[in-house]
Amino acid sequence: MVRVNGENKEIAGMSVAQYLRENGYDLKFVAVEINEEIAPKATLEDRIIADNDVIEIVNFVGGG
Amino acid sequence: MIPSKEEMRAALTCRVGEDITAKLESSTVAILGLGGLGSNVSIALARAGVGHLVIADFDSVDMTNLNRQQYKVSQLGTKKTEAIKANLLEISPYLKIDAYDVKVNEDNIFEICKDADVICEAFDKAENKAMLVNYVLENMPDKYIVSASGMAGFGSMNEIKTRKITDRFFLCGDGKSDVNDGIGLVSARVMGCAAHEAHTILRILTGETHE
Repeated sequence: MVRVNGENKEIAGMSVAQYLRENGYDLKFVAVEINEEIAPKATLEDRIIADNDVIEIVNFVGGG
Repeated sequence: MIPSKEEMRAALTCRVGEDITAKLESSTVAILGLGGLGSNVSIALARAGVGHLVIADFDSVDMTNLNRQQYKVSQLGTKKTEAIKANLLEISPYLKIDAYDVKVNEDNIFEICKDADVICEAFDKAENKAMLVNYVLENMPDKYIVSASGMAGFGSMNEIKTRKITDRFFLCGDGKSDVNDGIGLVSARVMGCAAHEAHTILRILTGETHE
C-alpha cells in the first residue's frame, strides 16, 4: 500500500511520472516529496513507487 | 525626525524581548516576487525587525497592482524593487536591503539566495512557484523555503492554512483557488496568505517550528 496525499493507493511498481500523468497532473506545476524528501524532477520518470512509500504531491496554482 | 537605531531597537525589545530581537535582526530573508504576496511579506518582516531582506522582481508598479499590493499611485511606473525599498525604509530606516531587478530563474536563484536563512516564494505563476520550490529543495538543502499556493477569490479566509510539507518546506494557502479560473485576487485574502507566509518565516527564525 502506498500513501498519496493522505489516501491509500495500490500503485507500487509504477513510475512517479506515470502516476502523475494518469491522474491529471502537469509536471511543470508540481513538487513531489517521497518519504519527506524531495523527489528531483529529473528522476520522476525513472523513480519507481515502492510499497509503503508516503508521497506528497504539491500541485501549485496561480496567484500572488 | 527619524529615531535613532537604538531607539528603534528599544521599541522592539520592549515588545518581544532581547532574545527574539537579536535573532530577527541577525536574520536574512530572501523574498522572490514583489506582488500581492512579496510586498506584504516584506512589510510584515520589516516591522517585526528582520535585519536583512533580499528582494527580487523584474516588474514595475502598474495600476492593476494597487488593489492588493503595497504601492501608491505616486509610484506607478517605478520599478517594484525601488518602490518597495522606499516604502520599507520609511517603516524601518535601518533595514539592510539588497535588491535584484531581475527575472528570477534557475541560473540566478543560487546567487540571489545564498545569504538567506529563509527563502520566500512570492511569485504569481504556478510554473514559477514550482520551479523555485524544486530548485531550492534539490540544490540548497540547508535553506528553508516558504511558499504559497491558492489565495484567489472571495472564499473564506479560514480555508487558508500553513502546512509543513518537509522539515524545510512550508506551504501556505488553500491549495486550490487558482487565479486562472477567472476569480481575481482580493486584497484581504492575498494579504492573509502573505501574513501566513510572513508569520511562518518569523516562527522559523525564532525557532518556534522546531518543537
